[in-house]
Amino acid sequence: MSQMKELPKGNRVIVSVIGPDKVGIINGVTSVLSSNGINILDISQTVMQEFLVMVLVGDMEGSKVDMATMKDLLHEKGREIGVRIDAQHEDVFNFMHRI
Amino acid sequence: MLSMQEILETIKMIQEENLDIRTITMGISIRDCCHPDPEVACRNIYDKITRLAGGLVEGGEDIAREYGIPIVNKRISVTPLALIAEASQADSYLPFARALDMAAREVGVNYIGGFSALVHKGFTRGDQKLIQAIPRALASTERVCSSVNVATTRAGINMDAVCQMGQVIKETARLTADQEGLGCTKLVVFANVPEDNPFMAGAFHGIGEPECVINVGVSGPGVVKSAVKRVEGEDFGTLAETIKKTAFKITRMGELVGRRAASRLGAPFGIVDISLAPTPAVGDSVADILEAMGLERCGTHGTTAALALLNDAVKKGGAMASSYVGGLSGAFIPVSEDMGMVRAVEDGALSMDKLEAMTCVCSVGLDMIAVPGDTSAETISAIIADEAAIGVANQKTTAVRIIPVPNKKVGDYVEYGVLLGRAPVIKVNPFSSNQFVRRGGRIPAPVQSLRN
Repeated sequence: MSQMKELPKGNRVIVSVIGPDKVGIINGVTSVLSSNGINILDISQTVMQEFLVMVLVGDMEGSKVDMATMKDLLHEKGREIGVRIDAQHEDVFNFMHRI
Repeated sequence: MLSMQEILETIKMIQEENLDIRTITMGISIRDCCHPDPEVACRNIYDKITRLAGGLVEGGEDIAREYGIPIVNKRISVTPLALIAEASQADSYLPFARALDMAAREVGVNYIGGFSALVHKGFTRGDQKLIQAIPRALASTERVCSSVNVATTRAGINMDAVCQMGQVIKETARLTADQEGLGCTKLVVFANVPEDNPFMAGAFHGIGEPECVINVGVSGPGVVKSAVKRVEGEDFGTLAETIKKTAFKITRMGELVGRRAASRLGAPFGIVDISLAPTPAVGDSVADILEAMGLERCGTHGTTAALALLNDAVKKGGAMASSYVGGLSGAFIPVSEDMGMVRAVEDGALSMDKLEAMTCVCSVGLDMIAVPGDTSAETISAIIADEAAIGVANQKTTAVRIIPVPNKKVGDYVEYGVLLGRAPVIKVNPFSSNQFVRRGGRIPAPVQSLRN
């Protein structure tokens, strides 16, 4: 079973972006991540009906901000671009789908 | 590595299907707060609760942000107060209720459970004083919840307590008449009460529990309903399997949050309560799940079978997902807190009798049911006796949280707001049970073999 990590550092974050496809979404999201020192490990995207669905995995190891602050920054960016951006600790997904 | 589908499934559950952690409940032992001087005892209780639970609300909110999963309630349960207050020379236990209320307010939780007594075999003097204080305690405090255990499978049913609780419920309704009997929403009468239940209003910190513990209640009727809809027309094996897998995923969230909360708050992790707990929010309804299985309305013939299947599949999935499952762990069928149940009552599909039958196969019992204000104390006692008998005979928890709403009659509505919802007043049987409930004494414990 995956063990919970006690330290906030060394954790990965899953960023999800859902909204109408338009110019500048990837740039908007990645700029928030890179300016806060978060390395992007993986990007995957698909189009469901008319919506763009993008998932990024980021490494919080060198992050300048904590999870809560980063979430707020991403939410703000999402409002600016007109898409929904959420960030969750990877444990949420690991715990639900892996034993 | 996680797949895109898995990530999207989780996000959908949270964003669209109301998946949330219903409650993180900190259980606190106040056994070391006893003192002959009630004032000192109250101060001890207040100090201990505020010391241990000071970081509960903030910690819960931080975890919710970190994981992106809502944690709806942060609550506290304490040792049944009758056991603690008894050591003092107090004549009235009202100051204890006020101490709990003040502590809850100080740490910012909306409910604190444990104004409780365990009287399944008989009363001590402290139990009597506590039960007498319940109506005024609930009327004069905002956040205190009370529960009384009147029966167990091993002891039978204390009918003196059952009889008295009918009067206590009536009196509580009378004292909170200006709020449509709101006090009764904070009072639960139990049979076979669990000692680690995190859900209000019946939560208390049992006497076999540690100093301080974190228990978690999950939710997710909306998620289960969506899953059930996806297998429309499939056979029962597929249906049960689908619910099981969904319950597993929901419970994993509870396990994750519970462990994280426990390590953050420096208390051991107790249990995950895998109950399906509805809320008045649209789509967060147990009745909707039953209807998605193929019933036109919850309450029609087949409802008990559907609920039995649901309850069992949730337990099977949940038990696999968590190291420690406890509390009530079954589907809740409160009326006011479940819009599907309210609609079923309005359409004439769901009656008190059917609700009683449904409680035979799920937790917890007749919950949040509004009955006419002129319902007699004896009738309420008889309703409690019926539920207790179901619990005692089936070795399960049952409970009654019923509100005889002052000045309301069948067909009227009561409104309790966002948290507790609205309920239509339900008809009770008009024939008297007076002579039966007034006999007094105890109904003996049932034989445990000869199981028919």
